[in-house]
Amino acid sequence: MSSKHSHEDHQRDMALRVKAIESLLVEKGLLDPAAIDKLIDLYEHKIGPRNGAKVVAKAWSDPEYKERLLKDATSVIAELGYSGIQGEEMVVVENTPAVHNLVVCTLCSCYPWPTLGLPPNWYKSAPYRSRVVIDPRGVLKEFGVELPDGVEIRVWDSNAELRYLVLPMRPAGTEGMNEGQLAELVTRDSMIGVGFPKARKGE
Amino acid sequence: MNGIHDLGGRHGMGPINIEPIEPVFHAEWERRIFGMFILAFAGGHFNIDQFRHGVEQMAPAEYLSSDYYEHWLHALELCCKANGSLTDDEIQSRMKELARGDA
Repeated sequence: MSSKHSHEDHQRDMALRVKAIESLLVEKGLLDPAAIDKLIDLYEHKIGPRNGAKVVAKAWSDPEYKERLLKDATSVIAELGYSGIQGEEMVVVENTPAVHNLVVCTLCSCYPWPTLGLPPNWYKSAPYRSRVVIDPRGVLKEFGVELPDGVEIRVWDSNAELRYLVLPMRPAGTEGMNEGQLAELVTRDSMIGVGFPKARKGE
Repeated sequence: MNGIHDLGGRHGMGPINIEPIEPVFHAEWERRIFGMFILAFAGGHFNIDQFRHGVEQMAPAEYLSSDYYEHWLHALELCCKANGSLTDDEIQSRMKELARGDA
């Protein structure tokens, strides 16, 4: 992009090009625009990290569910209704006081859509993808996360076949909370490994 | 192939740009390219490996300087041209028509 070509011009060009392609494919009977609208609505409003939060909250509440989840994530997550495109094969990795897990896709943008929705831009960007595998502690600092020196960090590189979900540690002082309340504490970033669940209200 | 997309371990890519409250899409054209990709993929017009290969054929400088969904646009165009659904001429003339407001 030259300096004369502003960000706005570039955005306008992209919009025009995408519009041209869509109108040609629709005209040729290869695409149904109403189906595009439905898909956009699904991924913009219905599928997102609240799904993954329910999986995590259930694992925190139900030791038997958690044990099965860590052994066979794909089918155990599907029990809650979360499966399909870009989540065909799932692995759940558990954080403990000794091990912290972190997820990346160094080659592109692989991410577990059924449980987390579409990935944020930083996850798909060169700085995160290049650096998290050689300097995970430095990357975590940029997210405001610092781990004790003794904690082992494991970085999982996703691929077209396999997607990872981090099972964060249950926050202290949440013993009396039910699954619904626990799910409210689970953040998207805590399931990627670049954050922690929220602390219990008032703490 | 050790292409530009193989970013793991590369140096000098700068700080991570974290948006505290980030929308799912940043522009309407991102929504449309996303929907088109899923439909074309689900309809069997190309498979995920062909699509990814399309992204990986971008020129390295362009790959690094463009927005994420531009990668998808690049790959969708390549796949549609490869299977005969679209030609460059068609895209160019439709863009001109749309810019003039007569399509």
